[in-house]
Amino acid sequence: ASEDPLTPRPHGAQESSTGELQPLPTSPGTDLQSLAPQDTSLFSSPVPRRSVSQSEVDASSPLIYDTPSRGTPARQRPDLGSVRKAPQVDLCSEPPSGDVTAPSEQNAGQKLVIWGTDVNVGTCKEKFQRFLQQFIDPTSREGENVSLDLNEPLYMQKLDEISVVGEPVLNVNCGHVQAFDADLYRQLICYPQEVIPTFDMAVNELFFDRFPDSILEHQIQVRPYSALKTRNMRSLNPEDIDQLITISGMVIRTSQLIPEMQEAFFRCQVCAFSTQVEVDRGRIAEPAVCRNCNTTHSMALVHNRSVFSDKQMIKLQESPEDMPAGQTPHTTVVYAHNDLVDKVQPGDRVNITGIYRAAPMRVNPRQSQVKSVYRTHFDAIHFRKTDERRLHGLDEENEQRLFTEERVATLRELAAKPDVYERLSSALAPSIYEHEDIKKGILLQLFGGTRKDFSQTGRGNFRAEINILLCGDPGTSKSQLLQYVFNLVPRGQYTSGKGSSAVGLTAYVTKDPETRQLVLQTGALVLSDNGICCIDEFDKMSDNTRSVLHEVMEQQTLSIAKAGAHWHKTCTALAGIICQLNARTSILAAANPVESQWNPKKTTIENIQLPHTLLSRFDLIFLMLDPQDEAYDRRLAHHLVALYYQSEEQVEEEYLDMAVLKDYIAYARTCVSPRLSEEASQALIEAYVDMRKIGSGRGMVSAYPRQLESLIRLAEAHAKVRFSDKVETIDVEEAKRLHREALKQSATDPRTGFVDISILTTGMSATARKRKEEVAQALKKLIQLKGKTPALKYQQLFDDLRAQSEAAITKDMFDEALRALADEDYLTVTGKTVRLL
Amino acid sequence: MPSSEDWINNPLGVVDGIFAQSKSSPEWERKVLEYFKEKLKLNDAKSWVPSLNDVPLHYLKPNSLVKFRCMVQDMFDPEFFMGAYETVDPSTNSKELRCGKYKDVTDCGQVDFNSRNIVTSERQTFYCVPIPGESQWNSYACSSQARVVPSTSYTPHRHKRSYEEDDDMDMPHQKESSSGPQNLLDPRRNVDSKRLETEAPCQNASSSHCSSNLDLNFPLPGERGPACLVKVYEEWDSFRLNDMLEVFGVLSVDPALSFIADDKEVSSLLDPTDTMETAEEQRAHSPPASLVPRLHVLYAQPLQHNNPLLPSAISEDKAFLSGFLSELNSVRGELLTYLSHVLLGDALAAEYLILHLISSVYARRDVLPLGKFTLNISGCPHNSSYTEQLCQIIQHLMPSSYRLCMSLHNMNNLPMVPRKDYTANRLVGGILQLASNTSLFLDETQLEQGQLDATGVRNITALGNLISWQKVDYDFSYHQMEFPCNINVLIASEGRSLLPCDSQVHLRPTVSPPNVEEYLKAIQLAQLPSHLNKYRVYLTVARLLDYSISEQVTKAVEEDFVEMRKDNPQSISAEDLHRMLVVARLLSLSYGQTTLSRDGWIKAKQLEMVRTSRTQQQECVNGNEP
Repeated sequence: ASEDPLTPRPHGAQESSTGELQPLPTSPGTDLQSLAPQDTSLFSSPVPRRSVSQSEVDASSPLIYDTPSRGTPARQRPDLGSVRKAPQVDLCSEPPSGDVTAPSEQNAGQKLVIWGTDVNVGTCKEKFQRFLQQFIDPTSREGENVSLDLNEPLYMQKLDEISVVGEPVLNVNCGHVQAFDADLYRQLICYPQEVIPTFDMAVNELFFDRFPDSILEHQIQVRPYSALKTRNMRSLNPEDIDQLITISGMVIRTSQLIPEMQEAFFRCQVCAFSTQVEVDRGRIAEPAVCRNCNTTHSMALVHNRSVFSDKQMIKLQESPEDMPAGQTPHTTVVYAHNDLVDKVQPGDRVNITGIYRAAPMRVNPRQSQVKSVYRTHFDAIHFRKTDERRLHGLDEENEQRLFTEERVATLRELAAKPDVYERLSSALAPSIYEHEDIKKGILLQLFGGTRKDFSQTGRGNFRAEINILLCGDPGTSKSQLLQYVFNLVPRGQYTSGKGSSAVGLTAYVTKDPETRQLVLQTGALVLSDNGICCIDEFDKMSDNTRSVLHEVMEQQTLSIAKAGAHWHKTCTALAGIICQLNARTSILAAANPVESQWNPKKTTIENIQLPHTLLSRFDLIFLMLDPQDEAYDRRLAHHLVALYYQSEEQVEEEYLDMAVLKDYIAYARTCVSPRLSEEASQALIEAYVDMRKIGSGRGMVSAYPRQLESLIRLAEAHAKVRFSDKVETIDVEEAKRLHREALKQSATDPRTGFVDISILTTGMSATARKRKEEVAQALKKLIQLKGKTPALKYQQLFDDLRAQSEAAITKDMFDEALRALADEDYLTVTGKTVRLL
Repeated sequence: MPSSEDWINNPLGVVDGIFAQSKSSPEWERKVLEYFKEKLKLNDAKSWVPSLNDVPLHYLKPNSLVKFRCMVQDMFDPEFFMGAYETVDPSTNSKELRCGKYKDVTDCGQVDFNSRNIVTSERQTFYCVPIPGESQWNSYACSSQARVVPSTSYTPHRHKRSYEEDDDMDMPHQKESSSGPQNLLDPRRNVDSKRLETEAPCQNASSSHCSSNLDLNFPLPGERGPACLVKVYEEWDSFRLNDMLEVFGVLSVDPALSFIADDKEVSSLLDPTDTMETAEEQRAHSPPASLVPRLHVLYAQPLQHNNPLLPSAISEDKAFLSGFLSELNSVRGELLTYLSHVLLGDALAAEYLILHLISSVYARRDVLPLGKFTLNISGCPHNSSYTEQLCQIIQHLMPSSYRLCMSLHNMNNLPMVPRKDYTANRLVGGILQLASNTSLFLDETQLEQGQLDATGVRNITALGNLISWQKVDYDFSYHQMEFPCNINVLIASEGRSLLPCDSQVHLRPTVSPPNVEEYLKAIQLAQLPSHLNKYRVYLTVARLLDYSISEQVTKAVEEDFVEMRKDNPQSISAEDLHRMLVVARLLSLSYGQTTLSRDGWIKAKQLEMVRTSRTQQQECVNGNEP
């Protein structure tokens, strides 16, 4: 039907062969007239084409041999290249034309292969059907297979699903194909254009055998994904052209929908004879003569009977993680076709499986010369968003794949060393001197606790992330430590409290100036989901911004309502997805004291002036102070001088490589999830009870359930460091030690020298509260002694109180006492006079 | 020099010759590279090659070998091209295999796209600009080599283009070309010829007459000079953004390369489904070859420095080095005197200025850059043009530099951080996209009270990051990407700078000339060009020297630190020690000493003590200064 008489044919011999095959096998149930050309257009139109590398043997495709579709129309697959046909070559019979040197002559026997490949349609189909019927993957961890029985053939269940849901797309994991039949996989990768239609045919035969009465919109299309050749954009090279490849990246632009003509419909204006011409690389070969009445130039294009497909241009940019230092990211063009159009948005992280194409640059018709450059692009067959999955859970499959077996062996070997914990902590930021415990704390933060879900018991998520706050004098390399951590973790974010706003931390919406489309831009906290958000100058952050952190640090989510007023307008467009974003972020913050120097006579809260409600959400609060002793000075000097004279190699020898550390952490985070052992639980309980006992002796609370949770997280993280699946007593011991160490630094009451947790939980030490009460009582007594004087002089009263009190009374304390009494409605203070009520 | 003729005038002929000889064995590519490497090795062969920096583009012969001293401003996506292809002669039907390397378009004849002999190869395109902020004395034209060079290769004769499109190709660009290379370069040449040392036109003074509608994307405002699309065929992974390079390659200015500027024409010529690129992108990626020529690299050399007075590979040129080291100390003395005069008689500030000018990040320990030495000269008189002139004097000493007026308007409006423009798919340069060892002069005296907006805060943060970590976070809209840099930041301010810095010297003038402007002019006039050249060589040499600390001195330094802390732990912190080690390093290098001596350490300590005591005094004077 779609034969074009005016197209020059290279070989007469083929014409006859095409002629033979011309009566096309229309399926028995086809009643829609317009479907007939569609059904066949894919493979039957013999139009010569200029290909980059291959010439064309013109013969009709075998792929249109009876498909048992029972009336279900086939749908064009522009993603596979609509004009590419797959002629078969019988290697043993006469070659179809003289100049074709069959490429696979070594294939002996009577074998039909598709020209230019070693694919035999029959075998390939059979193999794939066997794969569908037999493949079982009991260890599958993919999210979409959750509802399936893993011990039954996976893809047969998916076919069942198709028959129920009616979405005629079968996604096939290339890894499964490879596990099942390596040769089939190789063919799929090397000749996707030929093999995928064969797969389509196979799956449709199978499907309609099973569900003969099923009604689908169109025939099932096979969409392979996760080709093992998953690669970085940077490593693409000319050998990959026309192969099936999976690449990952970030969508930076999407075009508007482009209707692409697949087949032009012409009608003769004289005799109304109609003909279809397939579009070849953007060109339509307009028939000059009507075949029916032989009138010249009578054929007119009828737009609304021509066949169009949807197409969209997508620009993909290399993921920042894949980038070598000092280079700019590469971009590549991807074309999405039909239902893949509008599947992705700018900003999405995606894995795209598709065929890599190269086409010569369009020739300027007025020039004889040709640019010797090709345009390259991908025809997308399958999209997989990586960040969408992140919203549901860890992207385990992706991250695990990073490690080769040798790498895992090296890491395990390292983990088996008894001093692995010390080794790793000393490898952390080697340029920063000592602060061993702080580094250990950060190391545990990098590993994190075990994620648990208590939502069924109503407790909600149990936070697994460890939050750390560093306080201390300016210039004690806090920022440097933060910078280091930020550079170490893959999803790290670095912001400064000074410059960041609540919106910058959370998420906001921008409008693309060109498409007028709203795009969600996520801020530091959301971007560091599953990572670490480093916040420098935490004390400089505005209260408004800080309030966002309350939710993040305890619930690990982010409600967007907080992000800005303009949200209600856009929420309708983005409803559902946006309202709560995951922000399972560990926070590593650094704060400077309000005064220029840390005042050792004051408590942590008094020094940094942060609300205790926020402080109590930090698992560990460390002070980074100058220890000021000679031995320390000597070591520090040595360390610093060494920094300046050691060569790069020496440094590397001394410390563990940053890359190893990175891998070690990544591996532990994804592959190890320790659970509490019986002894460990017992030890934790004891530790908690002990902590509470300390305080009860002095009439104060010295531990809260939050501290117990912190201990559990720290113990779990320590077990992760050891690659242990069980939290044991040693883990608890270290957790206890570190926690105590941090408390000693940050929660010691400067007045008593005791560790007092209430400094952090209520903002005031128990002794301070007690004293405040005492002063107030003494003042009250003093006033009562004075008898009935309705008004007192402020200064006079202060002097009197100081005179009679044993302890030194500061003005602050006096004011506080006055305020306390005012709260009791005992007196009021107006200016310099105190009135009794 | 008859032998030079061929490979300079017709390098493609050489390439084709080697290609034809090789009979399609892949060896030929290596042979080509070796051939040109050998040729360029000959004593001063490099200077025979005309330079794109100095010679106006229209004087250069297309397809000849040229050199270009440049910085990599942007990296485009790699492109696939026909490394070898076959052409069919329609009359005889004979086929011929041709080489497509080092060319943009195919040679004559119909290309047979179906040939099995087509070899697809890959190359990478870099968008290169002249090194930003290159001072005017720093031009190869004034090193007077380029001018004598092979006159034959660039007689002022314009290559006649034989294409029929010649006319309509030129028409739309008429305006651009008139403000383009010819015009731009001519005034420069005039300036060059009258020894510009005496006059110091501030390069970045608002010379915004470059009103081409094609943005050549120079990182600094008011820059000019040719931009170039450099096509790299080998080891492009080794190049980094902002690298300084000297490339030797085949110049290609074929008009067929130019993007057709008229949008209407585009839409009629190109199938809409075929345009993967937006018009903006095409404009950025295929600008007219008359403005942005293509250069197909045969040999590329990363530059350690861009000082034309020195051999480019200085560490290998032992003779030059030892020759200069002998007179280094006297040059240092003269420079110190000169700078003291410039700094109104303040010798201490002059000493620190020298240390600053020779500082350079020589290594990084995890995130910590070592060797940087940001200097804040406070106490600058703000009501005169003192800072401006100070900057000019530094521009006369440093190969490349830039003065940034930190006025509120500039802070809130100037694009400092480079940003990715996804529409045009290119990296839009910002002021902080500078090559290594560029001197960035921040004039804080111009900052007045007022409101910083979001851009202003971002800019200040970027400057802070630059100073503290020697890195700039480029804005890729969906994420930021960190690029390490090595920029000497000098801050001139009245009080202490609001930016963090390694060292602050408060200016203490010993002379108070009635007219500062006249005074500084007189000082500059007193310097002979030969002296200035010596200073320039000195500053570059001192920066590039190797340095080490011996075991004994290490011990001594450690002892010293402990001792100082014993008396008063507040007196010296870890940060102070860091700074002292840098000062000691720079001080030793400034005397040409490549290892730290005990003496050097003590000197450095004393210098620091004088400086800190002065700062403390200043704070006392000012009372509650933060």
